[in-house]
Amino acid sequence: MALRAGNPRRDYSGVAVAVPVTVPYVRYSIETAHWWIGRALAALVSQAGITLADIDGLSVASFSLAPDTTIGLTQHFGITPRYIEFLPMGGASGVMALRRAARAVQSGDASIVACVAGDTNHVDSFRRSLSTFSRFAQDAVYPYGSGGPNASFALIASNYMRTYGATRADFGKLAVAQRQNALSYPHALMKKPLTLDEYMSARAISPPIHLYDCVMPCAGAEAFLVMSEDIAQSLNLPFVRMLASIERHNAFADDAIQHRGGWVMDRDDLYGQAGLTPDKLSFIQTYDDYPVISMMQLEDLGLCAKGEGADFVRANSFTVDGTVPHNTSGGQLSVGQAGCAGGFLGLVESIRQLIGEPLGRQVRDARVGLVSGFGMITYDRGLASSAVLLGEASKRKAVSA
Amino acid sequence: MTEPLSRPKRKNPLKRTRLPLSPQPMRSRAAHLLTQAAAEGRFGLPTCLACGHHHYPPRDACPKCLAAEIVMAPASDLGQLAAATSVEVAQDLYFRERTPWRLGTVVLAAGPSVVAHLHGDCAEGDRVRLSWRLDRSGNAVAFAEPAVTTPNMSDDSQWREMTNDPKFRRILITDGRSSLALALAKALAQAGASLIFVGLADAWKPFPEMDAFKRIPGVEILPLDLTDSDSVTELAGEIGARVDILINTAEHIRPGGLTERTGVTLAREELEAGYLGLMRLAQAFGPVMKFRGADGANSACAWVNLLSVYALMSWPAYGVYSAAQAAVYAAALSLRSELRSGGVRVMNVFSGPLDTDWFQTVPPPKVAPAQVARAVVDALMKGIEDVFVGDVAEDIRARLAKNPKALERELGQ
Repeated sequence: MALRAGNPRRDYSGVAVAVPVTVPYVRYSIETAHWWIGRALAALVSQAGITLADIDGLSVASFSLAPDTTIGLTQHFGITPRYIEFLPMGGASGVMALRRAARAVQSGDASIVACVAGDTNHVDSFRRSLSTFSRFAQDAVYPYGSGGPNASFALIASNYMRTYGATRADFGKLAVAQRQNALSYPHALMKKPLTLDEYMSARAISPPIHLYDCVMPCAGAEAFLVMSEDIAQSLNLPFVRMLASIERHNAFADDAIQHRGGWVMDRDDLYGQAGLTPDKLSFIQTYDDYPVISMMQLEDLGLCAKGEGADFVRANSFTVDGTVPHNTSGGQLSVGQAGCAGGFLGLVESIRQLIGEPLGRQVRDARVGLVSGFGMITYDRGLASSAVLLGEASKRKAVSA
Repeated sequence: MTEPLSRPKRKNPLKRTRLPLSPQPMRSRAAHLLTQAAAEGRFGLPTCLACGHHHYPPRDACPKCLAAEIVMAPASDLGQLAAATSVEVAQDLYFRERTPWRLGTVVLAAGPSVVAHLHGDCAEGDRVRLSWRLDRSGNAVAFAEPAVTTPNMSDDSQWREMTNDPKFRRILITDGRSSLALALAKALAQAGASLIFVGLADAWKPFPEMDAFKRIPGVEILPLDLTDSDSVTELAGEIGARVDILINTAEHIRPGGLTERTGVTLAREELEAGYLGLMRLAQAFGPVMKFRGADGANSACAWVNLLSVYALMSWPAYGVYSAAQAAVYAAALSLRSELRSGGVRVMNVFSGPLDTDWFQTVPPPKVAPAQVARAVVDALMKGIEDVFVGDVAEDIRARLAKNPKALERELGQ
């Protein structure tokens, strides 16, 4: 840690994040991950008004791309990038892709980086991916009832509830608010309102995890472009700026059971970079693979103190038009979890909100958004945490006829 | 509290037999450190040889100092159950048939947190004891049980999945004339076995223990000659679908090495009774037992081979016998792999010289048949697959692990 003093953090000036793309999700797909990523890339090119050859950086996040990685996709798609990245990091992949692409653009290693997350979902692919997700999962998780992440997070949630006094109804409030947000978002797979009663009486999956705590695995893709501000302006693209970002892996390894994430180690750095405090946020997008994890992020990212997540939830509404707008497109709980695209969902939605072009309802006076990433439960806890503050948007200029 | 197991009802012959499925069997090489411990019923944790740090799940480098030498070292098996859940929706077919399936996070006093299968009598916050058990795929899993014994503890359904408890099971002891047979029948009856078939070859020959056998509840004496394929096949046709635990007590002990004998007649008899006897049993009983690996509370579950510890290293004083035992052992390992997909565990029980006539000139310590019988029942109840009975067997095992070449010379002196 002491060594870090000799390596001061650089800011993200000059970096533009633009062209939010969603390839509409489906529950099951007969297509491959290659297909979904290809559709996203095509949408990026056409919406940016560039050619495929203009993309000189490609960052891909996917769980279902095997045996390929990004390098195979260059030939598959006929592009010749000078920067590639492969980030099969689930819920942390969006912020991680953005951070890396931003540095590549700042340094001039690439001019326009396409960041794409795409996964397919075949009828049997969820079960297959669970047993081989990680070596620790193979050795020490899957043979224990094969409940997948539902069971792993049930243990985390049960411990959290007992320690901090959160209740299922608190988690339910987050899920219900997200569903309300999702009702105006066209690509959400869940299209019907959810009541707290329905949440509470849903069938048990792995108590205390019940049906509406769980995301629905699906196929889909999310993407955005990272480029220099100059290029974005010359293309007349609306964009947002990165005010700050953090990333941490395997934090608090000695905690016997996970009750906090790596954000706690880095949040002062995050808000310090941006010169902001949490009360200045227009909205927050957490990684909502289980509402308990969203509650943990609200605490660990400083919106409330540790252990006060439940009180904070009781005191706010979390809807787009309420207090602390949260997961404003509905989050994965309502939109669906398209593999790694789930890690891009909040980021893509945040770009849309900040440039004033949401697909659903607009957050009033959206100036600064916090996007948090979390993921990769290879044994008993999510290993990756990440966050980015986005703001200072450059909105679309009115084009005269 | 665990609901006591009730005697399984007679099977409806019109109903389809539930086919055995396996929990996911893939493991890393490092994880088989646990399999080794589970096979012998030992507890320990993956431990760094350099800095002594315990860790879990098993790794290829120490997460404290990055040293590469990781061994299984003794550690306290006590911990606290920090969180528990029961899986209602499982992905794996094996677990789908068995939901709700309980598991929990055990924070061990020795350090690591272990996600473990959970005995029904453990609640969050409880002190629990952790052990490594073999699951139906034959691989090690962590199992948490209450730190203090609770009523009917071994009747817990998840516990029974890991073990081969003789309670309400039907047993075949293949050779009633073996010096171990009577002691085994008594011990198994006491452990709650519902039926004990005892094979008897050459019924016309005197069988002085007949009355003693008949006094044991549940014993049924049936003709079985392990050296006769027809006899084995015939009995399998009659009772094969009712044998839940097969205990092969075949025994043929004669002293001497290769040069001390004339001709191969004795050696052939040893192979007939031991090696070929096992093969006949495997062919006749193996398939049906494998098929019945998930057939309710009294499913087929175990196949026990009673072996001399000299199967693992030749004892030249009984050199030809050692060779025949080595053949049985090698075949047993193959059988273990062949029956695994049915969830039937092959258990090898190694003992030193028994306190019987054929080891008359061998000095003590020797193993009493009742001691072997107790060890067999105990190992079945714990689900162990490699069992060493008595001081000599333990001694040979330790010396073999330390330096096989030294043991070879020592046994030859």
